[in-house]
Amino acid sequence: MHNKSLTELSNGLATNEFSSVELTQHYLDRIHRLDKVYNSFITVTAELAITQAKAADKRISDGQQSPLCGIPLAHKDIFCTEGVKTSCGSKMLDNFVPPYNATVIENFNAAGAVTLGKTNMDEFAMGSSNESSFYGAVKNPWDINCVPGGSSGGSAAAVAAQLTPAATGTDTGGSIRQPAALCGITGLKPTYGRVSRYGMIAFASSLDQGGPMTRSAEDAALLLDVMAGFDEKDSTSMVKDVPDYKSTLNDKLDGLTIGLPKEFLGDGLAPEIEKAVEIAIKEYEALGATLKEISLPNTELAIPCYYIIAPSEASANLSRFDGVRYGHRCENPKDLFDLYTRTREEGFGDEVKRRILVGSYALSAGFYDAYYKKAQQIRRLIKNDFVEAFKNVDVIMGPTVPNPAFKLGEKSNDPVSMYLEDIYTISTNLAGLPGMSIPAGFTAQKPAGLQLIGDYFSEGKLLNIAHRFQQATDWHKQCPPEPSMQKPSTGQEG
Amino acid sequence: MEWETVIGLEIHVQLATKSKIFSTSKTTFGAEANTQANAVDLAMPGTLPVLNEQALRYAIMFGLAINSPINKRSIFDRKNYFYPDLPKGYQTTQMDEPIVGAGVVEIQLKNGEYKDIRIHHAHLEEDAGKSLHEGLGVMNHGFSGIDLNRAGTPLIEIVSEPDMRNSEEAVAFARKIHAIVTSLGISDGEMSQGSMRFDVNVSVRLKGQKEYGTRTETKNLNSFKFMEEAIALEVERQIDILEDGGNIAQETRLYNADNKTARSMRSKEEANDYRYFPCPDLLPVEIDESYLKAIAAELPELPDARQARFIATYGLSDYDASSLSGDRHVAAFFESATNTCDDAKLVANWINGDISAKINAADSKISNITQSPVSAEDLAGLINRIKDNTISGKIAKQVFDCMWNEEGDADKVIAAKGLKQVSDSGALDVLVADVVASNPEQVDNYRKSEPDKRKKMIGFFVGQIMKASKGQANPGLVNSLLLKKLDE
Repeated sequence: MHNKSLTELSNGLATNEFSSVELTQHYLDRIHRLDKVYNSFITVTAELAITQAKAADKRISDGQQSPLCGIPLAHKDIFCTEGVKTSCGSKMLDNFVPPYNATVIENFNAAGAVTLGKTNMDEFAMGSSNESSFYGAVKNPWDINCVPGGSSGGSAAAVAAQLTPAATGTDTGGSIRQPAALCGITGLKPTYGRVSRYGMIAFASSLDQGGPMTRSAEDAALLLDVMAGFDEKDSTSMVKDVPDYKSTLNDKLDGLTIGLPKEFLGDGLAPEIEKAVEIAIKEYEALGATLKEISLPNTELAIPCYYIIAPSEASANLSRFDGVRYGHRCENPKDLFDLYTRTREEGFGDEVKRRILVGSYALSAGFYDAYYKKAQQIRRLIKNDFVEAFKNVDVIMGPTVPNPAFKLGEKSNDPVSMYLEDIYTISTNLAGLPGMSIPAGFTAQKPAGLQLIGDYFSEGKLLNIAHRFQQATDWHKQCPPEPSMQKPSTGQEG
Repeated sequence: MEWETVIGLEIHVQLATKSKIFSTSKTTFGAEANTQANAVDLAMPGTLPVLNEQALRYAIMFGLAINSPINKRSIFDRKNYFYPDLPKGYQTTQMDEPIVGAGVVEIQLKNGEYKDIRIHHAHLEEDAGKSLHEGLGVMNHGFSGIDLNRAGTPLIEIVSEPDMRNSEEAVAFARKIHAIVTSLGISDGEMSQGSMRFDVNVSVRLKGQKEYGTRTETKNLNSFKFMEEAIALEVERQIDILEDGGNIAQETRLYNADNKTARSMRSKEEANDYRYFPCPDLLPVEIDESYLKAIAAELPELPDARQARFIATYGLSDYDASSLSGDRHVAAFFESATNTCDDAKLVANWINGDISAKINAADSKISNITQSPVSAEDLAGLINRIKDNTISGKIAKQVFDCMWNEEGDADKVIAAKGLKQVSDSGALDVLVADVVASNPEQVDNYRKSEPDKRKKMIGFFVGQIMKASKGQANPGLVNSLLLKKLDE
């Protein structure tokens, strides 16, 4: 059952091959059996899932089926779920049960989807390895000694290990695409403003965007169809019709011009990843596309720019976690100052604290112009690079990440080397463009990701380009071996 | 040494929107604590602000009213600081690009002169909640409570230039702003409920000196009277320090209206670094010309225009017109009464006199004219009874008191109390004859006097007759009957 695409699952439900309750139970059993190893879920909502599955079965038998009706999904623990703990991977929210749903969750509920649980993530989505989670690191299903990427590492691992047919993620600097690449799945970060951010706990508001993490572009199209659209509760969501993403999946790629940014290749890129990307590009040529070398001259500024803007916004976004109204509160505060400082000292992990400090510093009187304002100017330059590029090409392609999945603990004491993992993904967020990562081969049994970057609101085109590739290749169909087949490296427990 | 005071005001005006500036919670005053605070107001994780368009319209109306440019693009910023009544840990406000640009407000001083006070800008922002430090202690363990009903109430902050030179000017300016915002209907202007709050920047300098002295800011004054008191106190304090050879510390001060003292709240060194930056959850507010034109077309009459119209249409004095035009409810009351009784001067006298005295009385149960138990129509009815000689002006005050106590309209009170003026010359003749007969000495004096002195002397006889008639005699008729009798 867990090898089927969403369309196949939906057909199975429609033809009574299996019920949503059976399907849901199948995945709950897999989670129960396998997630002890992966740690991809923070909360499993078995009871809720069965209740929703029963309702979905009724809807289907009443002839009210829609594409995701009765389909189990997992949601990154950054999306608020009414009555279900939403921790954002932090001790700060370990006791937080929202009284409301994120708009994305509301949309899935309305579509009749089933919630299996909430997936693990880097604390407040700050990280590229999932090691900053209060709930412990997530293991990469392809090699349990390696990280799954982050911050949506739980969702990526759960989809790769087939503990859920599909999942949601969020992407602020690559947090959907990087773990998708490292876990060998398909991940799409939509255009900023395409998916409502309401109820999605904010890291960096001008960069955050929710999106689907799936086993194929076709599955991603089905999820995005439900996630996308204007939301009156989110002023930054765009009033723009949502096209039927599925209807354009099979469009021909003849005449497609692919831009290859020279800054994305060469220095710093692992040769085996470069090789995988080259092979994938050749496949596209075979599908009728032509190649064009382009330049995104300000690429090297993306990481410093991002690490001013994102922490600045985060420093304010995370001020609400003060121990006053919800979340962690320190024991017996002496006074207000003690309440604030001890609550935040205890509730936040190191990476979160590091970013709050960086952001507060960048916004301080006397430094604002040199840091925040300058970073905003650079952000415009980066955006302009893409605007120029899309005058000549239809899509930009390159690697998603410079390296395959690295070992757990390898970079956790070296934040800067961790930050460099996002070098190819971050500029897309700064520009607000849609980006996608699809499986494009393996390097020493670890997945390599091909990144697709599209023009604004070209999600349909990206899904089409990704789907055609997946029709011609079967990288996305590869499944990791079960954990019993893998040996943990010495000194670590599996 | 002769000192000059320099004053600038920051005025926070609560906008009379039904819901909050960034959430759908209600803004009704006086609700039970925390019943008007939703997930957005509580800054629950993942919640987002959405700008209330009505708040934006109101801010634009204010800008248009003071002839300020409305910025085609304005930005909301985050002002970061931690306080329990500020749930997000930042206030959403406008810093560099406010909605309303520079403008000018003209004030009139008691000596009749006019003065222009420049407005630096006005911006939109959200109010904070309230911290409650009293009555919550458990065994004196100093608990504080937080009421977030007010959190997110829309405000405009109006920032003046340091153009005022004494407290009279500051109060006149504050009153003018009050008149403008209430006339526009964008604020209820209820000072007692915190709908208008003043931060006063005060400095002093030697007369003739060009540079400003170091200023202090006294925050959160919520009445014209407290503002006047706080300014006087602060000016005196600063002059004392300077005359003793000291320096003024730049600081924020708090005025205590109960014991009429002020204290330093924090010094410049302790001031927060608010780390302002544009709020990424709110897009820049873009306003086009047609939107502005539509708002301008619906702008209600402003106090200055109304004052001019009252003078031109109703022949009111400058003073009467000014006092009736500031508050749009008072103005409406005046016009409604005048249209019914056709005597603007009398209506003005009654509103500025008896009605105003009743509202401002120490034991008054009401705070403004809309709650008056005597309606505009009832007041006109009373005035009509004076004009048609049913009652005298004096009796009218007695009738008015009964009307205020809700004993009915003028006709009902006059009938019930038998206060109808006696205009029957037969009945009055008897009274006149009585008074003349019982005061022979005065009659004799009168008759011996020169005619110009007689005019004064006749008052004695009128008074006697009015007394005898319990005030109900028609004074005009009494006068003519008396003259006739005394000249016999």
